[in-house]
Amino acid sequence: MTTDPEWVLSLENVSKNFGGVKALTKVSFRVKPGEVHCLAGENGCGKSTLIKIITGVYTPSSGAKLNILGKEIEHITPALAREMGISVIWQDLALFPHMSVAENISFDEVVGFWPKLVRTESFKPKVEAILKRLNVEMDLDEPIKDLPIAQRQIVAIARALMGNAKLIFMDEPTSSLTQSETKMLMRIVQKLSEDGVAVVFVSHRLAEVLAISSQVTVLRDGHLVGVFPTEGMTQTKLAELMTNLTLVNEVTATPDIDTESILEIENLSRENEFQNVSLNIKKGEIVGLTGLIGAGRTELAHALIGMTKPTSGTIRLGGKEVNFSSIRDAILEGIAYVSEDRLSLGLIQPQSITDNIVTTVLNRILTFMGFVSTKKKESMVNYWIKELAIRIGEPSDAVSTLSGGNQQRVVLAKWLATEPQLMILDNPTVGVDVGARAGIFRIVKSLAEQGMGILLISDEVHEVHFNSDRVLVMTNGEINLEHNPLEHSVEQLESIVYA
Amino acid sequence: MRQLVQNLSDQIGKETFALICFLAFLFLAFSSLTPRFLTAANLSSMAFQLPVLGILTLAMLAPILSGGLNLAIIFTANLSGLTLAWTLLQAGGPDAGILAFVIGVAAALAVGAAAGLVMGLAVAYTGAHPILVSLAMMIFLRGLGEFLTRGGDISGFPEFVGTIGHGSLFLIPIPMIIFTLVALAWHLMLVSTKHGFSVYMIGSNLNASEYSGIPTKKTLTLIYTFSGVLCGIAGILMVSRFNSVRVGHGEALLLVTVLACFLGGIDPFGGFGKVMPVVIALIILQVLSSGLNLLGANQHLSTAVWGLFLILVMVIRHVINQLRNYLARRE
Repeated sequence: MTTDPEWVLSLENVSKNFGGVKALTKVSFRVKPGEVHCLAGENGCGKSTLIKIITGVYTPSSGAKLNILGKEIEHITPALAREMGISVIWQDLALFPHMSVAENISFDEVVGFWPKLVRTESFKPKVEAILKRLNVEMDLDEPIKDLPIAQRQIVAIARALMGNAKLIFMDEPTSSLTQSETKMLMRIVQKLSEDGVAVVFVSHRLAEVLAISSQVTVLRDGHLVGVFPTEGMTQTKLAELMTNLTLVNEVTATPDIDTESILEIENLSRENEFQNVSLNIKKGEIVGLTGLIGAGRTELAHALIGMTKPTSGTIRLGGKEVNFSSIRDAILEGIAYVSEDRLSLGLIQPQSITDNIVTTVLNRILTFMGFVSTKKKESMVNYWIKELAIRIGEPSDAVSTLSGGNQQRVVLAKWLATEPQLMILDNPTVGVDVGARAGIFRIVKSLAEQGMGILLISDEVHEVHFNSDRVLVMTNGEINLEHNPLEHSVEQLESIVYA
Repeated sequence: MRQLVQNLSDQIGKETFALICFLAFLFLAFSSLTPRFLTAANLSSMAFQLPVLGILTLAMLAPILSGGLNLAIIFTANLSGLTLAWTLLQAGGPDAGILAFVIGVAAALAVGAAAGLVMGLAVAYTGAHPILVSLAMMIFLRGLGEFLTRGGDISGFPEFVGTIGHGSLFLIPIPMIIFTLVALAWHLMLVSTKHGFSVYMIGSNLNASEYSGIPTKKTLTLIYTFSGVLCGIAGILMVSRFNSVRVGHGEALLLVTVLACFLGGIDPFGGFGKVMPVVIALIILQVLSSGLNLLGANQHLSTAVWGLFLILVMVIRHVINQLRNYLARRE
């Protein structure tokens, strides 16, 4: 490099509208060469829109200035962005599972407009050099699908370096890594930074981000809040910058709930997923369950609703031992499961709000002849829309047209319609903005007050601490700690989970 | 007048309304081009020809709505027809009685249902792609049929069998009556039964449907079984129309049924679509083919026109969507 530009990337005055929605308003964003930078903000704050503009997926409104490595760029395309050395590692990594490590790393060299004959062998020396630079060893011929997720991430990074990346965006890179894998990733990022490759983290794991990056750019509702040095920044301060709320974190736990048990699990195990899990949920109790991703929380939930079969142990519901063979059985016995994956499992996105609400309760809206009654359907849907204050256009609109918070209310509606006695909420605020989160937890609290038992599973330590009556911490498939929000602080819980 | 059009279009859906308008246009065009188009003879001949393709198209419809496909419809119909023919021949061929016919019909429907059931079970429980499953079933049925008939025709049925294919009741061709009843039943099933509801949901997202407690495996099995039953009805109708059975008869109709579904606005990826527009699409195809035929065009040319027409419809739909998006953005 002859002239070292001050910024590897500099954006000014970037705006983007989708229909009437302002996704970004006059945002600027700058990254120095070799810097580790964090891009922080709530879901829907415009983070992904910004990345998509930088990589040429979206075109910004006029007036935006984009400068890469000191060069003004008029019109950026995905191909040009890559050529200029900007690379994005998406959360799903976008690798080819059946191709080998070497083929994946050299992929961008291979594809082109014209077909050409390729020998992967010819790329191997270069691939090896890159892996060596990252200080990792890997079997180049192993197919990606046989690698653990952390290794795949390294492949994705190597692929970016193969294209001479000067700036790598990483979208939620640590969300599916274990503690030691995260540490390894951090080391690699450090190495990249020393080599002059800038890294931008997009993450909501504030602790990790603050530990590694030197600058943080905060976005909120499509506006730039500011650029801050991470030295002296605390998690709470950052969260407040992101949300503009003084986070009134009030513990809502009710002390000493003394009702009969709804759910009793004893020594429940399923191979490679969770072991000897025992827990008890009483009527009207909200039990939080947290831990790192991969700790086995969702797997436990799946066993509770009959999606998978536990290998040993017992589940008792209302005192009666149950053994579900399908989720239908679980629904009939009064269990509702709000999936963490609202997009592909929680809702049938292209279908209407009406149809989504009634999917779980078709038997309750039939005429005496056994046909679906439009009248009963409408009155049920109208009831829930009103009860949960769901903001919609028409009930016949596709559910995908709603905001995250309102979609989650539709999910709650479809499950509440089954009149469950136990509700399992798996990361219920994923993709829901802060204001709407409070609303969802108000609904959950009132359900508990009416006697429903609730298992609240969440990544976010704050969420379980402030919204549960007690919190269980799961590590490596075992529940090994109980935390009482009334007696201990959220920081204590945090240090346990991230220890 | 404008209000009336608006109301009508709201009531039945824009897509259906557009199809009806186009159908009316075709009627006017052909009537003005040839005096033989708007005659009782031509109308009734169309009404006799349409039902076989129509029922086969309905057999294709539900699998597509559920995000799949049933490529075995023609040979399922053939095998059902063969079953009926075999029963009649056992009972004396031209001298077979009405009882033999009733038994034959029941057996034919059972064969259709069985073929569908096997496909449905395979799709539901192995998770294999419906295209592969139904393709395998199609090849199996063809092979089986050709083996049983040695590739030849089977004929020699009692006279009353022909009445079903060629007779009329109150001036309405019997095949048309059967088709109308089947279409109504199909419409009712999709719009207002639990099964129909599940078909649409599964077509949009199988996993999310399962997580919502919809019996996805049972529903998928039923979809293909019902589809097989419709093939059985089509097979019986073919026997009575042509007074003979040959394996492979109607093979060319397979892809026409798929295209008729798409022309009728069925989402190729599943989850959306209704029976009514598909029926209108079928009538359009029939009118096109009969009209061109009356104008002296070659039979093969009218098939070519079908294809061209369908491509045109896709393009028009695309353009309309683009326009709509553009207008929405300007607002």
